Amino acid sequence: MDSNSPKSPEQSEKIKKYDRQLRLWGDHGQVALENAHICLINVTVLGTEILKSLVLPGIGSFTIVDSGKVREEDVSANFFLDGESIGKSKAEVATFFLLELNPDVHGDYIDESLQRIIENNPSFFNSFSVVVGTALTESEIILLSSILWDLKVPLVICRSYGFTGMARLQIKEHTVIESHPDNHNISFRLINPFPSLKSYLESFNLDSMELKDHAHVPFVVILYKYLQDFIKLHGTIPKTYKDKEILRDLIRKGMKVDENGLPYLEQNFEEAIKAVNYALSSDSIPSEISKLLNDDNCVNLTTKSKPFWVMSNALKYFVEKEGCLPLRGTLPDMTTETKHYVNLQQIYRVQASKDAEDVYRTVQQLLRQLNQHTDSISEQDVKLFCKYSSDLRIIRSSCISQEYIDKPYNSSYIASQLDDPDSMMELYIILRGIERFYSEYKEYPGELDDHVEPDIVKLKACLCKLLTEIGSSTLIKDDLIHEFCRYGGSELHSVSSFLGGCIAQEVIKLITHQYIPFNNTIIYNAVTSSVVTFCL
Amino acid sequence: MNADGNNKTRQFIYLRKILERAGPFCHPDFEPSPEILNFISNDCKILVIGAGGLGCELLKNLGLMGVKNMHVIDMDTIDLSNLNRQFLFRLNDIGKSKAEVAAKFINEKIPGCKVEAHFNKIQDFDEDFYRQFTIVICGLDSIVARRWINAMLVSLLIYDDEKLNQASVIPLVDGGTEGFKGNVRVILPGLTACIECTLDLFPPQVTYPLCTIASTPRLPEHCIEFVKIVQWSKENPFDTIIDGDDPNHINWIFEKAQERASLFGISGVSYRLVQGVIKNIIPAVASTNAVIAAACVTEAFKLASSCCATLNNYMMFNDVDGVYTYTYEAEKKDDCIVCSPAFRPKYVDVPHDGMKLSEIIEYLSENQYQMKNPGIVAVFPEKNRTLYISNVPSIEKTTKDNLKKTLKELNLINGTKLIITDSTRPLPLEIILRFSEINNET
Repeated sequence: MDSNSPKSPEQSEKIKKYDRQLRLWGDHGQVALENAHICLINVTVLGTEILKSLVLPGIGSFTIVDSGKVREEDVSANFFLDGESIGKSKAEVATFFLLELNPDVHGDYIDESLQRIIENNPSFFNSFSVVVGTALTESEIILLSSILWDLKVPLVICRSYGFTGMARLQIKEHTVIESHPDNHNISFRLINPFPSLKSYLESFNLDSMELKDHAHVPFVVILYKYLQDFIKLHGTIPKTYKDKEILRDLIRKGMKVDENGLPYLEQNFEEAIKAVNYALSSDSIPSEISKLLNDDNCVNLTTKSKPFWVMSNALKYFVEKEGCLPLRGTLPDMTTETKHYVNLQQIYRVQASKDAEDVYRTVQQLLRQLNQHTDSISEQDVKLFCKYSSDLRIIRSSCISQEYIDKPYNSSYIASQLDDPDSMMELYIILRGIERFYSEYKEYPGELDDHVEPDIVKLKACLCKLLTEIGSSTLIKDDLIHEFCRYGGSELHSVSSFLGGCIAQEVIKLITHQYIPFNNTIIYNAVTSSVVTFCL
Repeated sequence: MNADGNNKTRQFIYLRKILERAGPFCHPDFEPSPEILNFISNDCKILVIGAGGLGCELLKNLGLMGVKNMHVIDMDTIDLSNLNRQFLFRLNDIGKSKAEVAAKFINEKIPGCKVEAHFNKIQDFDEDFYRQFTIVICGLDSIVARRWINAMLVSLLIYDDEKLNQASVIPLVDGGTEGFKGNVRVILPGLTACIECTLDLFPPQVTYPLCTIASTPRLPEHCIEFVKIVQWSKENPFDTIIDGDDPNHINWIFEKAQERASLFGISGVSYRLVQGVIKNIIPAVASTNAVIAAACVTEAFKLASSCCATLNNYMMFNDVDGVYTYTYEAEKKDDCIVCSPAFRPKYVDVPHDGMKLSEIIEYLSENQYQMKNPGIVAVFPEKNRTLYISNVPSIEKTTKDNLKKTLKELNLINGTKLIITDSTRPLPLEIILRFSEINNET
């Protein structure tokens, strides 16, 4: 028995409380969460719904910025404001009710406008892990976006509007080691097995086995044997679909037959046949990873290079030397005896350890060359990095203010999307148009009942200007413009709650560096119940 | 602050824009007017099943979308591990009824809300209870319970001259989550695909063959399952069945599973894994619950107000990699054993009368039926005869010999009507035996 683990571990209250989420992002993800400090700008329904899904799982702290007072219309849609608080500071009341959700979380508020905070203390945002801005005006977006871009603090801007909503992520660079894909590509190294694996695979003699043993040979061994047969026959590994069919046929013919010549149902052989498709191609290096290994930040290390890039550079060296990624060291379940499974697992595990040690040595050398502390990257860090090296991700978004101020660099992408009549890009443009409308008229189109009709014309004019700037000749449908004037700046609780859940999870991804954030804009249409992503 | 006098003009002002203004994309039946919000607030009565991760969100969302009359059913009590997402509960609520605490919280927080709590199972209520609701929303983790309420709502349908009476349709909005994945569906019983039409959408439960866990364990899960299934009943350490919430039980299993794992050279048996396997824990986060419950309530709001078209009829959500949704129309099965019209006869097809009764039970437990513990009564001209019932011990004892008998020996012929009871449905299923190999003498 493992002497390190206590016989009957007493679980702390905290571990019990967070059990259901610790199964997703682990104890280390939770630590990252508990060290995070989130800033929310503006107490909208969307804003408090985002914070709700961050306070519940236990972020370290939050700060709310809002200079507004609670009005009656806010109360009837927002769970974190109440009738008693009308006239009080929105930021104060929301902070109070949000903190009730979780005693582990700290929260404070600043009862001042964004403009004022930026004027008085430009480095205010420096200390935040992520800043979330809701219902910001055009000029606030531009200001905040350029400040946070320079500070390298991730920013999410979002808006809930009638039956629609959007969120946009701005982040200079975000790296992910634990991306948790639904299907891991497990490399079996069957095409070019390392020595200990090769001798193990070749230690089986399938032809001389009794049925019982034959039916319990791990599929990896079977696949390897018939792969050798295929290579002998064809001089090459199977590449095309037809080649793979031939290999599958070879395996099928290897099944034991009964006295009538009918094959026994040997599950391990079935598993080998199924594995032909995935187990042979998983040895190659995914294109996403090749791209990452040739990234400037990976190739040209500096004294300031982050651990992720130092490890990537070491990984690149390993790949160039070995022609493959470090082994993952895990084995999926398969039909076989305990003995075979444990042996095979051990062989892969030992090699994975060796691969990781190899990379770790390179990392140490690099750190010395770069004059960085050699303990800035631990062996454990490198092991994790190697284990998930086929699923590493890097995300770099654009700077929002650049799109807003200059002639949009992404105008051709937007224009081409608009040419597609079914594209939800239209909604993005309308939401941008509404920002424009608000900065011109200081109210939302259709905010007052008798303004709906005249505002249709005004909003149309805003959209025309915007589309000209983008260089698109598309016209936004009148019906859609009318629909948005009908919304009149409404924020529907359930629409905000949907978006709030989505955005909170993106913030958690940014904090934990686990799972993959969207890049970089999502549009939600509650009429069709769908979300689309645009890379703007 | 009361909803009268001057304040009335600003309350729910956002909802009123949507409900009192015409829009180009509105449903043809939609006529904007203040009456719609009145209907939602005063006449609409919504049942929320489950007061857990989804249920808490559902109640809050409904209340803030103008619904005042709600009922909530949940048979569970509050546990510490609920608090990371079930935001209507606090530390000092642990051990209390979820439904009662959630209802009290909402009633105190949202002015005018009248949530009625039922600390019960859904099976405790009859047709008259369920008939009172405008819409039913499910936030459940149990497939059997979903099937039960689905069959209940179908049983409330009224057919006039083989034509469905639309007024008898109570829409069912169903939400489900697992980790970062979730789904929402809108079911109009009798009109669109029901839970039973699409049973194959539920992922099959992970089970390990007994021979694997007994003789060729490979994974830590195999060792835990062995202790749970074999060792516990053999050694009976606490003289009772396993209680996943009793730390002494989990500790015992943890230790035994570790011993077994080290015997076989298997690593990875952790306390967390033992808990997960024994209690069949599904990972859950606040964010996914918020998303799915919000989508459910948006659909309920559309149904109640007709302000725009509803989801047709299935949406999948996943935010492991970016934010992803997929919507499609699940197909209604013409021969669905639950939702095909009551006046249409339903058949169970078996090859011939040489089949044993046990094989019929097996058949009903698989295929399109997926029943859990079917009991069978045969209808004979003279009187009905119970062939087998498993969940009443005394009847099980007297009928179990029938399992080995063939249909012929039991005098069942082509066309015999069977009455099947099962935990997946509130009412018995009447089904006609049909032999596909009809040349057999009957």
